[in-house]
Amino acid sequence: MSKILLHGTEAICEGAIRNGCRAFFGYPITPQNEVPEYMSVKMPQVGGTFVQAESEVAAINMVYGAAGAGVRAMTSSSSPGVSLKQEGISYIACARIPCVVVNIMRAGPGLGGILPAQGDYFQATKGGGHGDYHLIVLAPSSVQEACDFTYRAFDLADKYRVPAMILADGMIGQLMEPVELPPMRDLSDIPEKPWATSGHYGKDRRVLNSLLIKPEVLEPHVNELQKTYEQIQANECRAETLLTEDAEVVLTAYGTVARICKSAALTLRKMGVKAGWIRPVTVFPFPAQTYADVAAQGSVKAFLDVELSLGQMVEDVRLAVDGRKPVAFYGRTGGNVPDEKEIVEAALKALEANK
Amino acid sequence: MIRILLAGQGGQGVLSAGRFLAESGLHEGKEVSYLPAYGPEMRGGTANCSVIISDEEIASPLCNEPDVLIALNAPSFHKFAPRVKSGGIIIVNGSISDSFAGRDDVRVYDVPANDLAIEAGDVRSANMIALGVLVEETGLVRKQSIVNCLQEKFAAKPHVLDCNRSAFEAGLAFVKK
Repeated sequence: MSKILLHGTEAICEGAIRNGCRAFFGYPITPQNEVPEYMSVKMPQVGGTFVQAESEVAAINMVYGAAGAGVRAMTSSSSPGVSLKQEGISYIACARIPCVVVNIMRAGPGLGGILPAQGDYFQATKGGGHGDYHLIVLAPSSVQEACDFTYRAFDLADKYRVPAMILADGMIGQLMEPVELPPMRDLSDIPEKPWATSGHYGKDRRVLNSLLIKPEVLEPHVNELQKTYEQIQANECRAETLLTEDAEVVLTAYGTVARICKSAALTLRKMGVKAGWIRPVTVFPFPAQTYADVAAQGSVKAFLDVELSLGQMVEDVRLAVDGRKPVAFYGRTGGNVPDEKEIVEAALKALEANK
Repeated sequence: MIRILLAGQGGQGVLSAGRFLAESGLHEGKEVSYLPAYGPEMRGGTANCSVIISDEEIASPLCNEPDVLIALNAPSFHKFAPRVKSGGIIIVNGSISDSFAGRDDVRVYDVPANDLAIEAGDVRSANMIALGVLVEETGLVRKQSIVNCLQEKFAAKPHVLDCNRSAFEAGLAFVKK
């Protein structure tokens, strides 16, 4: 199939629709307005439902209801809006309902600004709402991945009965790149959901609930959830690496920043500096083993973690590296994006400090 | 790999010209990326976008040091001219801007884009004049690819198509002169 030029936001929508998403609930916020805009046109065309909700809180609770009935459902927002959704996400996680939440991150905290950022890493990967839970969090770094990861997120969410998140920075939303769209999936091909509250029709009684008031009921339930997260950690970690075999300094980042880091690593190589590169594809589960393996190499002198925040993923990198090698950090915030030169300089500094 | 920064005033067709370039590159089987500047922009304000066309995978989609700058007005010319890579090209709309870049390590094409566009039928196709100059000068994409994009985009508006195509051809001819 031939490639077409698409915006990141459109690619996310196509990935969702093509893997059976038939309910979308959203509320406008820059820089992801193109997602609900596109869905408002496409959903009716495929026999799905589009609702512009009265708020982000309403939208996530509509997802709760629709996905609880077994429909593949999605909502999308940007940082401040995703904060508003957290209560609903926690309820959905507790009720074990698969769904997809998209966060096109903008600069925070507060209402912040509308330009790209990655300040919601903690929120996305460490729970976000209250209680012991996690989402499966995929971090696309290209428009093609925005499509593919959203497609995959629906399957992963269903497989483990957990909500999944697409964590993208504002640049992914605006970038246009060639995309090869996956074929439209036949809805009858999607596995049955034997837990879905899809009407009685002679079935046994089914209940989806997030209120488990008896401690002797809640603890085993949370333990079950925990077991699921452990399975996810065992099976679903994904990372991409480049030139790590003989690297002295290893650059790491996720999302579009990872691409700027990749350019920086290649420039460093041209300068004669042995630079390598690691990009987590899943940020929950975090691909810790990939980092541990690279950290164990004798050649590696230092890591440099780069983010559009003041240091969030770097904590996971440091846990994974586990003190074997120093991990330096370079971050920009407020909607500013570091260029290749800044990253090259930061990498040289990290290497110099740890020669 | 060629990095092109297109800049001008909102409404001058900077983003459309970038889209045509990216689409043309894609149709020729190249790797492309198109990144519009996305701030709290308003009508009459500045607009710019970065287009990269490459034979290899495009890592960074940023264009902080472009190989080519297309500046359709004076403020964008003065803002971005210092950022162009040494040995690069600047195409500036000489109808409404001066063309003094203050450096001699880049080639500056002073193109009276607004005047040529008016001759071609509509001042709003000044973007296509600049695109014509770019294509003729660099051979970045094939002329026919741009024309195909125009035909697709303006299929329902034959008059607009004519203006844009004439402007594009005037841009090509400007270099040959």
